[in-house]
Parts: sequence; C-alpha cells; structure tokens
Amino acid sequence: MADVAHRSPALTQTAAFGFADRFRDKMPATLAVVGLVAGWQFIVWAFSVPTYMAPGPLDVLASFRDDGRTLWSNFWPTFFESVLGFIFGNLVAILLAIWFVHSRTAEKAFYPIAVFINTIPIIAVAPILVLIFGSGYLPKVIIAALICFFPTLVNMVRGLKAVTPATLDLMRVLSASKSEVFWKVRIQSSLPFLFAALKIASTTCVIGAIVAEWIGSNYGLGALIIEATYNFRSPLLYATVFTAALLAVLLFTLVSIAETRLIRWKTSDVH
Amino acid sequence: MGASALARPAAMPAAAGDKANVAVAVRNVDVVFGERDSAVTALSGVSVDIPVGSLVTMLGPSGCGKSTLLRAIADLVPLSAGEITVLGRSPEQARRERNFSFVFQDATLLPWRSAIDNVRLPLEVGGGGSAHAEPAELLELVGLKGREKALPSELSGGMRQRVAIARALVSRPKILLMDEPFGALDEITRDKLNEELLRIWRETGTTIMFVTHSIPEAAFLGQHVLVLASHPGRVKEFVTVDLPAERRLAMRDTLEFVQITAHLRRLLEEC
Repeated sequence: MADVAHRSPALTQTAAFGFADRFRDKMPATLAVVGLVAGWQFIVWAFSVPTYMAPGPLDVLASFRDDGRTLWSNFWPTFFESVLGFIFGNLVAILLAIWFVHSRTAEKAFYPIAVFINTIPIIAVAPILVLIFGSGYLPKVIIAALICFFPTLVNMVRGLKAVTPATLDLMRVLSASKSEVFWKVRIQSSLPFLFAALKIASTTCVIGAIVAEWIGSNYGLGALIIEATYNFRSPLLYATVFTAALLAVLLFTLVSIAETRLIRWKTSDVH
Repeated sequence: MGASALARPAAMPAAAGDKANVAVAVRNVDVVFGERDSAVTALSGVSVDIPVGSLVTMLGPSGCGKSTLLRAIADLVPLSAGEITVLGRSPEQARRERNFSFVFQDATLLPWRSAIDNVRLPLEVGGGGSAHAEPAELLELVGLKGREKALPSELSGGMRQRVAIARALVSRPKILLMDEPFGALDEITRDKLNEELLRIWRETGTTIMFVTHSIPEAAFLGQHVLVLASHPGRVKEFVTVDLPAERRLAMRDTLEFVQITAHLRRLLEEC
C-alpha cells in the first residue's frame, strides 16, 4: 500500500517508458509465474497425482473452456454482492467517521460498538444474517459491507484528524468557518488514508460475499466452490477460485485507478 | 549603557497623540497558560507600540514569549490581562477584516494544491476579504514566475516559504506577522529571502513584525528590534537600528552593523 502512496513522479509518465524497458521491468515476475505453473504441472504429472485430489494447470484450463458458461453465470451474482457491499459498507463507514470527528460524544458512544462488531468472526455472523434475511442477495451484501466497514472507519477517522495544528492556525487566521475547514482541508487530507482502506476493502468484500454464499445460496462463486468440492470436480473448483481472485484483482485495480486520478500529491503519513 | 549611538533605546512613542501612526498597540499584556498549579506565565506586563509602515523584528532567548506575543496579536492566543489593538480594533475584529496576515515557521501549504491555488486560498475562505492582489503577480513578486502549477512537494523549502509569503500578501494586509519564517532554511537561502523581504516591504509599505532567534537577522531586517527577556516574558528594550532603509547583505560586515549586533548580544546576555 505504501509503495503506491510514495509513487515517484517518474512512474506517472509511463508513456516515456519504451516497450523494451517495460518488458524488462515485468520480466522477473513473468518468469516466476511461468516457472511455478510449469513446476505445478510437472509435479502432478511426475507423481501421477489423481485429478480429483489436485488437478494440473492444463486440467484447470480445460475447465475454464468446458465450464465457462457456468463460471460466467455465477460470476455476476458475486460481483454485484461484492460491489454493493463495498459501496454500502464504505459509505456508512465514511459518514460515521465524519460524525465521529464532529462529535466527541458520538465517537465515545459508538466507537466501542464498532470495535466489538469487528471482533465477531464474519463466518459466525453469516448464519445469523441468513436466518434473518433469507437466502436472497441481502445477507450477502450485508456481510460484504460488514467486512469493509471497520478498516475504512478507522482510517477515515485518522485521515480526517490528520491535519497539523499549524494548518488549523492558518485557517483560523483566515477566519475560515468549520465547514470551510472540513471541505477545504479535512476531506482532502483524509483521501490517502481513505484509499489505503478502500484498497483493503476491494479485496475483502469479495471474501465476504463468498463466505455468505457458502452458508446459504445456490448461486454465486461461493456456492459453486461448495458444489464443486462435494462432487469432486476439482478442476472446476480451481477455476472458480481463480475467477474469485480475478474479481478481487479487478476491484483492486479499479480503486487504484480512482486513487491515481484523485490524489496527485504525495504524503508520508499513510502506512 | 555603553551602547553606540547607532543602537539606542527608542523613546516610547507618545501614546495618545499619534494613535493614527500606531499599527499595533500592546498595553500591559499578560498571557498565562494552564491552570493554577501548572500555570506558566508566558508574558508579563508587555507594552509596546509598533509604528505604521515599520519593520520590527522581535528577538529574545527561547521561552521569552516572542512567538506568543505575535500569536496574541493575531488572535491565536487569548490574553489573561491587558489590551491589544490592531489599527484601533480588537485582534478578533482585525482578523475578520483581514487587516493582518500570518506567516508560520512551516510554510503550511496545502499539499494537494498547486502554488497558485495555495496563494488563492485566503480568497476562498472566511468571506475572502474585499481587496485582493493578483495571485500570479504575487508569485512573480516572490520570484516564482513559471512555477504556478507546481505542487508543494515539487518545490524546495525556500520556494515553499516564498509561496507562503505570496499567500500572506494576497489579501493586501496592512500588517504582516511573521513567526520565524526562515528559521528552518539554510543560511544562503535565508540571506536571499531576507533581502527579498526588505524589497517587498519597501514596495508594499506593509507593517511587518518578524520573530527571529538570529541576532544578525534581527539587526539586518529591523528598523526596530524588540528585545524580550524570559521567565516571565517581558520587554527588555525597544532598540532603534540607525541604518539606512536600503540594506545590502555586505552591510553586515561594516563596523556600524557589528556595533548593533554587539549591543543586541549584550542585551540578550543580561536576559
């Protein structure tokens, strides 16, 4: 996370990079991945590992081809649950953080509850929510939202408070109102903190949606994972896991792009 | 007082008669921080008149309350006793009317705003004030033409402080309060900025109060040097510097200048 916050101005001008340079830059990572996949295929082949126990990469690729339609139709429910959970969880966290910063009493009253909610294992909350809200979209969205909520709340509160006393003095000398300080200073200075949390949330919301689908669902990548496991369709199981990972990477990339668009300046405060 | 004729204690300007010529009047001011047992007296019985259009430097050992006095004038610190008038108004009123600007030790620029947008900040908050200078022209005045779009992270420490000075001048203040603005800069940059500050002072006719802990800086910049003693902070002497208004860095090697700094150093030793 820190490396993105500390990005150098040079890296924003990727256009200046020649193709050869970029290829050389990505070379080690590409070789490592190719090596690992080849090693995996070799072990499966050399020790004659049965496919149901651990399929080789070629089996998984075949599954992507044969079960593509199944994967695709189960991808979308998980996608929507993750994205909706991401939006609602973070929205509530951001609004709550703004309230906390303006009211010490609110912070004292609700912060401990927020911490308590965070300590309940998400996998234990899932059955409760399924019992209350049934097996529709709602419990999945709530669980995805719940898992996003806490890191964003903590980071946003920290970000809104990360204004130096000197800056507040400056705003006082300028006779700035409370709302001017909020919009001109606090919101802006919280953005790097917010995006650090959003990047965490972009991957954890997928986990939340999948866990919720395990408990009570007959659609989505989570349900497909359970089904493939019970039927010993290991190549499909692996393909589903890769699809879920790709979903998380997709959301992470979208958040990172939004970050580079919104934050051109550098800060050393975010970890 | 074995002091030379060049540095003489100024007769306190007659209070009642020439009120129009006094930019800042400080009368018997006490500032006490903290409560009962832990109370610290930062200023005790401070009285001084700052003539309109003058450049007064404030010098004293650390803990003498020179920054506190400046902050009290800027309505950043409440008075425990006494009275301060800024152009005949209370500090709060003067602040709301944008009669003074404040330059902090740190440039306190907003890191997400470009140089010119930082200069514009005072026009966007607190009602904006009535009269204002053209931000682009001010950046030219402080020698930053061509760097308008630069972010603070892309500027050196000296350049950032120049932007802060331009920002302070944008609301055309009658008084400029500067709290060790060049304290964190290297000597070469500092010398250059000292010369430029004198030029800006002559060009704009602004009354300037300048806190420093450097004896040569205090003597080089000031028409008057307000020497403060510590524990508790009080006025030691209001010294008038009899040097021509037009000052060059080479002047610091002259006998006259050395006599003044020697006198200031003796005063500080007595504190």
